[in-house]
Amino acid sequence: MLNLLLRRLALGVMTLWVVSVIIFADTEILPGDVATAILGQTATPENTEAIRNQLGLNRPPYERYVDWLGDFLQGDLGMSLTSRRPISDQIGFRLENTLLLAGVAAAIAVPLAIVLGLIAAIKQGTLFDRGISITTLLSISVPEFFIGYVLIFVVAVQLRWLPSMSSVNVRMDLWDKLPLLILPALTLTLVTVAHMMRMTRAAVLSVMNSPYIEMAELKGIRNWRIVVQHALPNVLSPIINVVILNLAYLVVGVVVVEVVFTYDGLGKYMVDAVSKRDVPVVQACGLIFAMVYVGLNMTADILSILANPRLRHPK
Amino acid sequence: MTMIDDKVPDALPKKSFDWRFFAEMPLASRIGLGIILINAFAVIFAPWIAPYSETQMFRDLGNWAPPSAEHWLGSDQIGRDMLTRIIYGARTTILIALCATLLSFSMGILLGFTAAVLGGIVDNVLSRIVDALMAIPTLILALVVISVLGTQIYILVLVIAVLDSTRVFRLSRAIAMDVAVMEFVEAARLRGEGLVWIMRREILPNTIMPLIAEFGLRFSFAFLFIAALSFLGLGVQPPYADWGGMVRENAQVISYGIPAPLYPAGAIALLTIGVNLVVDYILARQNRSAAAAFEEQEL
Repeated sequence: MLNLLLRRLALGVMTLWVVSVIIFADTEILPGDVATAILGQTATPENTEAIRNQLGLNRPPYERYVDWLGDFLQGDLGMSLTSRRPISDQIGFRLENTLLLAGVAAAIAVPLAIVLGLIAAIKQGTLFDRGISITTLLSISVPEFFIGYVLIFVVAVQLRWLPSMSSVNVRMDLWDKLPLLILPALTLTLVTVAHMMRMTRAAVLSVMNSPYIEMAELKGIRNWRIVVQHALPNVLSPIINVVILNLAYLVVGVVVVEVVFTYDGLGKYMVDAVSKRDVPVVQACGLIFAMVYVGLNMTADILSILANPRLRHPK
Repeated sequence: MTMIDDKVPDALPKKSFDWRFFAEMPLASRIGLGIILINAFAVIFAPWIAPYSETQMFRDLGNWAPPSAEHWLGSDQIGRDMLTRIIYGARTTILIALCATLLSFSMGILLGFTAAVLGGIVDNVLSRIVDALMAIPTLILALVVISVLGTQIYILVLVIAVLDSTRVFRLSRAIAMDVAVMEFVEAARLRGEGLVWIMRREILPNTIMPLIAEFGLRFSFAFLFIAALSFLGLGVQPPYADWGGMVRENAQVISYGIPAPLYPAGAIALLTIGVNLVVDYILARQNRSAAAAFEEQEL
């Protein structure tokens, strides 16, 4: 099993490396040019050349790639083109905010989805169960910003329970931030919960016809105990998998939600950088997002290897 | 030679369209189909059904006027008729999504079928490239590319198409794999047919239904994607009316209790729900007929 885990880990590191190459190469091989992008209308051949020299764009790409990745691994993310300040200083606070938001959303969504999925499996075929497939359809169809603005409109504006915008600043501590986090976290919950719920239900139902479940039924054990004690442990691995895949989705979903609620996180920072064509910032944010995403996917695989005894001994 | 040709089984007999497809449709999917048709109608006949012109400003009405008999959805941030903007917005958003989907399908199917039929190193190289692209979240990769290339419409279409074609590649490769090992494909190969002929005449007719369902899913993905990009301010740029951009332009007033951004956002949600309702039905039908075919074999 150790062998299997190590191989998965190595594959993960490989993937991360390829991802870094893609993100770097995108800005190289595509026909756009950073120097002309910065100068815009005022670009002349001379000052374009000056900027290129200043940014070190005239050195061979592979050399710059090695430097970029090396610096990145040491925590130096380079300079922002627009603010002329180190990206590392600006990213810490925002990354923290984004992880906080995703964390709060996950803390609501994951237990909720699993409990509701189990209830749906126990009450299979009832109105509750059918309600779930409709909500799943809605949540994959409806864009995050629609859910976000509906929540703002109803909860913040009509009911006046919570603020409609979630502007946070450096001086706020966790308790100041929490009320601002509720609506964005709820939006992310609504986007992810249905899928996790449906997969939990499907996973539990897939083992409900097994002989050992029948045995438990014949012994007269109550329905919910059968599901929780006998079925659940056997389907843990697919459930863990779908939960983590949804967490990975969450990390990307924050981009739009942060813009809706004007929440100062990594996603909003990246979007602002894209519209200013601040390529180094976009690259740094992109690599961080991709790292979290790849890391979560790898964790999903590793945990399901650990949770499923059959995967420990590959044939 | 002709004698052998006669015995060689050609592609499976081509079925004419089964009209039971519509007759057996459940209510939910009929509603979905209705939503799609209304949107298609708006796209085609926008100038005729829109009550006003796309750019006409109503000064006496003011900005963000509430709904009234003359202006069913009120006015937008510079006093234009909201309903008119939404009808014209349908054109931009849906047409861009449609172009991107068509392009991603052509690329994805062509490469997916090629990988399945040729196998070996071609398959390996293509699959690894697709794996690498799929390791990065689509939105993040799109943002990186757009920061370099800018937001011209053809670039948006290309970016969405390339990123989305990875999913089409996976699916079309997988289903073509199943077909490519069939006897009639083997026979076509022995007959000396070329790659293109095999893909078009043998594989495509036998994979068309799952691909149509996938087309619906990919369209709603591309549609939501372009809407999200425009919402972020990185998609379709003004003065064109497009639904994601309209949400963005009207977003600020939601704090004052004016539901203006909810109209375009709702239009986006509605169309995606409609497409998904129809896709659900196609997939369910397919599963049923696959199950039926399986039972027939068992007997």
